[in-house]
Amino acid sequence: MNQIRALIVDDSSVMRKIVERSLRQAGLEISAVLEAGNGAEALAVLAENHVDLILCDINMPVMDGLELVKRLATVENARGVPVVMITTEGSESHVVRALSAGARGYIRKPFTAEQVKEHVIPLLGVHA
Amino acid sequence: MNTATAAFGRSIHSHGNWNIVLEIAAREVFELMLNSELTTPAAPFAQDHNITAMVGFAGELCGVLILGCSLESSNLMASRMLGVHPGEIARENCDAFGEICNMIAGNFKNKISGLGNGCMLSVPAIISGGHYHVHPLSRAEAIEVTLLFEGAPVSISLRVHN
Repeated sequence: MNQIRALIVDDSSVMRKIVERSLRQAGLEISAVLEAGNGAEALAVLAENHVDLILCDINMPVMDGLELVKRLATVENARGVPVVMITTEGSESHVVRALSAGARGYIRKPFTAEQVKEHVIPLLGVHA
Repeated sequence: MNTATAAFGRSIHSHGNWNIVLEIAAREVFELMLNSELTTPAAPFAQDHNITAMVGFAGELCGVLILGCSLESSNLMASRMLGVHPGEIARENCDAFGEICNMIAGNFKNKISGLGNGCMLSVPAIISGGHYHVHPLSRAEAIEVTLLFEGAPVSISLRVHN
């Protein structure tokens, strides 16, 4: 598998580290991990960088994850890039809203590295 | 993970078994994110908390989830989450403790049938120190669960406003 550039969006730096560790445990070869603390920061990162995968929380200050996913459609560097939500929000309405907005996967916290692997690997296969 | 939902799903206005759901929600977070098993104390503990995390519920359920323990325990929790030695934990302590509280609140909410769609969570808040009282502004029911993390007490309290 090619080396992956991932963007992890979460207002908790601890969760960003855990998500990064889960990606590495999934066996992915990670060439770069970019981080953002909310949706607005993620858009700023994407204005300057191309990534292969975006993992995104929902409940964040400034701009939440659902709003970010909606806006990604207009971001050149995010076009076709799979987005997987990783969030404590597990309601059906949140899942539907996220997938309708363009997310390709949805993982509820608490989660295991195995769940991250199951969601991410097929998406990167499709994207590659 | 949806077993509890099936077993305890009921009207959100009926709080029967919520203490069990809350305990299951907490145990799952510790097992999956910290690779650690919470145990049940044999006898009541005199609790001496000096760090507290709070996550608010708004919408169909109004209230707050309060997670409390010693600073040493929260430090150990952060080290387990990050997979590093406790001595390497510095400013991540509060962040990790808040996330644990957040995940327990979310996991609890997701297990209560009918609650997920109409209930939002606040971002976590952390209080350092133990000499404080929580004064609810309206009549509130309290669901209290105390479990042991590595032999030290962790209290989980859900204050539900009616």
